[in-house]
Amino acid sequence: MYRYDPYDQKIVDERVAQFRDQTRRYLAGELTDDEFRPLRLQNGLYIQRHAPMLRIAVPYGLLSSTQVRKLAHIARSYDKGYAHITTRQNVQFNWPELKMVPEILGELAQVQMHAIQTSGACIRNITSDPFAGVAGDEYIDPRPWCEVLRQWSTFHPEFAFLPRKFKIAVNGAEQDRAVIQCHDIGLELKRNAAGEIGFRVLVGGGMGRTPIIGEEINAFVPWQHIITYNEAILRVYNRYGRRDNLYKARIKILVKALGVAEFKRQVEEEWAFGKDGANTLTEAEVARVAAHFTTPVYETLAGEDAGYASQRAANTAFAAWARRNVLAHKVPGYAIVVLSLKNPATAPGDITAEQLDLVAEWADAYSFGEVRATHEQNLVLADVKQADLFALWEKARATGLATPTFGLLTDIICCPGGDFCALANAKSIPIANAIQARFDDLDYLYDIGDIELNISGCMNSCGHHHVGHIGILGVDKNGEEWYQVSLGGSQGNDTSIGKVIGRSFAAAEMPDVISKIIDVYRAQRQDGERFIDTVRRTGLDPFKLGVYGEAAIIERKQHA
Amino acid sequence: MPKLIKNGRVIDDAAEILVLDEVQGPEALSLPDGPVFVPLAVWQAHKGALSGRAGLGVWLDSSESVDDLEGDLDSIGAIALNFPKFTDGRAYSSAALLRSRYAYTGEIRAIGDVLRDQFFFMQRCGFDAIQPKAGKYSDAQLEEALASLKDFSTPYQAAIDQPEPLFRRTQRAA
Repeated sequence: MYRYDPYDQKIVDERVAQFRDQTRRYLAGELTDDEFRPLRLQNGLYIQRHAPMLRIAVPYGLLSSTQVRKLAHIARSYDKGYAHITTRQNVQFNWPELKMVPEILGELAQVQMHAIQTSGACIRNITSDPFAGVAGDEYIDPRPWCEVLRQWSTFHPEFAFLPRKFKIAVNGAEQDRAVIQCHDIGLELKRNAAGEIGFRVLVGGGMGRTPIIGEEINAFVPWQHIITYNEAILRVYNRYGRRDNLYKARIKILVKALGVAEFKRQVEEEWAFGKDGANTLTEAEVARVAAHFTTPVYETLAGEDAGYASQRAANTAFAAWARRNVLAHKVPGYAIVVLSLKNPATAPGDITAEQLDLVAEWADAYSFGEVRATHEQNLVLADVKQADLFALWEKARATGLATPTFGLLTDIICCPGGDFCALANAKSIPIANAIQARFDDLDYLYDIGDIELNISGCMNSCGHHHVGHIGILGVDKNGEEWYQVSLGGSQGNDTSIGKVIGRSFAAAEMPDVISKIIDVYRAQRQDGERFIDTVRRTGLDPFKLGVYGEAAIIERKQHA
Repeated sequence: MPKLIKNGRVIDDAAEILVLDEVQGPEALSLPDGPVFVPLAVWQAHKGALSGRAGLGVWLDSSESVDDLEGDLDSIGAIALNFPKFTDGRAYSSAALLRSRYAYTGEIRAIGDVLRDQFFFMQRCGFDAIQPKAGKYSDAQLEEALASLKDFSTPYQAAIDQPEPLFRRTQRAA
């Protein structure tokens, strides 16, 4: 992974000093709340229900074991002993004291980490494929490009006060695992007919209040020009994006208002000035950064480890875990392991300091010292020998990190919701836990098969409910918490936005509602059809009927 | 006298920022003696009379486009860009455009809700004069605030103050 040189380190060290002084001036009354707010947000610091919440950047989800140990240390020393993995592959702490935040940033800087631009109306942490470099369907490794873009976007002077937040994702494989269609800018690495590397550029996607799927504005931007092209997009957005209404300030609204053709025309007119300028990337710079992402020293192994096969045959629990949480690796004899953070006893994405230390230990023992965070709020050890899987599983199981449900109904994406977040309309963690408790039978979960259930506690959609096969959105009705259900959303290559099925439900009804939806699916599905395929084939009507009953449907139609 | 940060130093500055009120439209032209920044609308209404006037500057609000000054820039000694709120970042693009696309070499001044924690970004985008609101900072605080111009010593990306990105300025070891 990328290691800082003295320049990178200096920027992060200077950030710590800057924020230390800003915090001092705030606490001394020299900065007002309004003046301090964007400064702390651009450092990932929110003022939440109980305490400030600090969001730490994990650029494109990559962590070293040293960094994971530091996170464990911070959880123990400055928080309540745990951390939370976010849907942007970042890490959040829920209980730091404001006055201690400069200390925490100082600790992070020691391990080449920071909280820069993890919130605020600026370019946010760039996200990517958690299986980068190890997936068999990869065309081009996105990590060097993410790092190049990270450096370009860090403290970009022109784009620190955009109309609204700005999110970029990069994917370089046949399967999109970075949700690039739901980002302000989605970049797909590809090769042209001549074999040269470039980017397909999507713009104007996003979730939030107005979910929109991004549209292509350039089919192939050669790699040399990706920074100047991004700058052209950002400049048009910075100048013309709406600033009068917070809810209409994302780039997607500008793109819709202008139409994608006109938006593209403006971007390319702007690009004509910046193209071939100083920000044009050089081969030397790309090679320098790419040298940090070399292939680890893999052993030459058989494609199928004999011991691994017999261990699966002998142990059904191990076999179940291997079936769901172990994925194919491009190198024979190796595997990708998903360490699940969806233990029904804890909040989705939460991990304790003790678990973090253990994950760091396993990373060192089994996976070249690296860990990845996924936007589905799990951790990944990307380079584990098949021969080590059983030992790793036993250790992970002993500490609750081997829940064998990756990609199943209970592998829920869930924002912190009303338990922690000041923006939330409703709690989301108890809904997730209640659904996990209802569906605790593994055989039944396996029978239901691949499905994505995503929960957000408000319209900001941190829990990605719009792209869940089943999406749950917390809404406020006269001060009470209600939950709206949508079906048919999807991430990945065939990204779609879910449709609301009808009136919302009280928290206590939610497990029953999900049960009814699953019953309809099991009754309707044809030959091994996934949930999402059934929804797409049948439409919502059978599900509405199953959930609301015939009487309710008829009544609704009469009133319509 | 109002203070101003110019090229990294605090200096006195007497320039007046002329603000149109509801009574006075851009047609009327009554300017104070001495240096003055007139609104874009006044400049456009009185270009001929104002061209080349000593100490004349033009100020633009964040919603106004520097593109409208193309062709006039040789006759304008200074341009002020207003930050109605410090979180309105349009003036950063305006300043960068003036310096790069339009090769403007006169003063570019940040006015309005100008705070020390944004000085670094302003300087990088081509502002050479920074004027916090009168009374926002004491003289001592303003001197202290000069430190914010130097928040970061070696930025990554190309901008106006540093037209080459780090990867072109230095040989970075792999």
